[in-house]
Amino acid sequence: MTDFLGLYNYWIVIFLMMTGFYIVIARENLIKTIIGLNIFQTSVFLLYITMGKVTHGTAPILRESHGGEGHGSEHHGAESHSVEHGQELHAATEGHLDSGVEAVTEIYSNPIPSVLMLTAIVVGIATTALALALVVRIREEYGTIEEDEILEMDRNS
Amino acid sequence: MMDFIVIPILALLAATAVTVARIRNLWAAVMFTGIYSFLSASWMLILDAPDVAFTEAAVGAGITTILMLATLSLTPRRHRKSGRLSSEDFEERPSKSPLFPLLIVTITGCALVYGTFDMPHFGDPNAPIQVYPQPSFVEKSQPDMHGLPNVVTAVLASYRGYDTLGETAVIFTAGIAVLLILRKNTDDQGSSESQSVTGENA
Repeated sequence: MTDFLGLYNYWIVIFLMMTGFYIVIARENLIKTIIGLNIFQTSVFLLYITMGKVTHGTAPILRESHGGEGHGSEHHGAESHSVEHGQELHAATEGHLDSGVEAVTEIYSNPIPSVLMLTAIVVGIATTALALALVVRIREEYGTIEEDEILEMDRNS
Repeated sequence: MMDFIVIPILALLAATAVTVARIRNLWAAVMFTGIYSFLSASWMLILDAPDVAFTEAAVGAGITTILMLATLSLTPRRHRKSGRLSSEDFEERPSKSPLFPLLIVTITGCALVYGTFDMPHFGDPNAPIQVYPQPSFVEKSQPDMHGLPNVVTAVLASYRGYDTLGETAVIFTAGIAVLLILRKNTDDQGSSESQSVTGENA
């Protein structure tokens, strides 16, 4: 039982995904169908993002250990400099015992799913915009956005 | 400690998705979609993906909602002769029996859950996705990017720069296509239907 508890994130994603799928196949309204597609899409984003998470990890934004003096605003600069100094002192005193361990101790989550999903979100809004434009055009031609009414008009004509 | 934040967010996500599926009024459905996007952005932030969370909150909850509201305002159910549109103009018709779609969805969901039994556990540091590129991008980007702290930006704009260029091409194509689809034909003065829609647009 405890073996399966670690999979809860996939199950939540699957539930959300199936809700979107249900909206797509059960509803006749075209706008509602697009909403269902959007929900499905967002759940796919969540699926990828959950796979990139590492326990006790943090966001993949590197702590500035060196080369950070050049930028930063005035009053923040002094503060960060003193913090940095402290870290350097820390490294100097413990450096003899375990050198190089400091760089490894920070755990970062995987950045690659984030990158892929950033691209996917932007492509998703493009397809959504296109679909909505098609809905507006269909409404102009047929006077309705209910799928079965449109099909009936096509059959009768 | 984190569970006290995560569990309510996940419960709200599921409740919002079900509400979107059940509700008939399209305005309300669009609003709930925005809420859904924002909640998923919150979960992404907890899952250590702040860049995706920001993008989802801005694009998913912001731009998508605006586009859908604009579409709704152009597609009311009856065309009005005069007076204001009421909320009934954006009401969905009651659909047929939902049992058959529910059956399909349940079967698909069970198959997918069965598939997850082979997946690595949540947060597992030895999952295939974590071990594959051996000098990982986090380690590689530090010397390559001359101290750029955000690894996601480094991968997005440099290592996968061509992909991002292609993404820009996709946006451009979609924009052109939307303009072409929505262009008003000036030469044919269409039916009364298209005129009434044009009148609402003005």
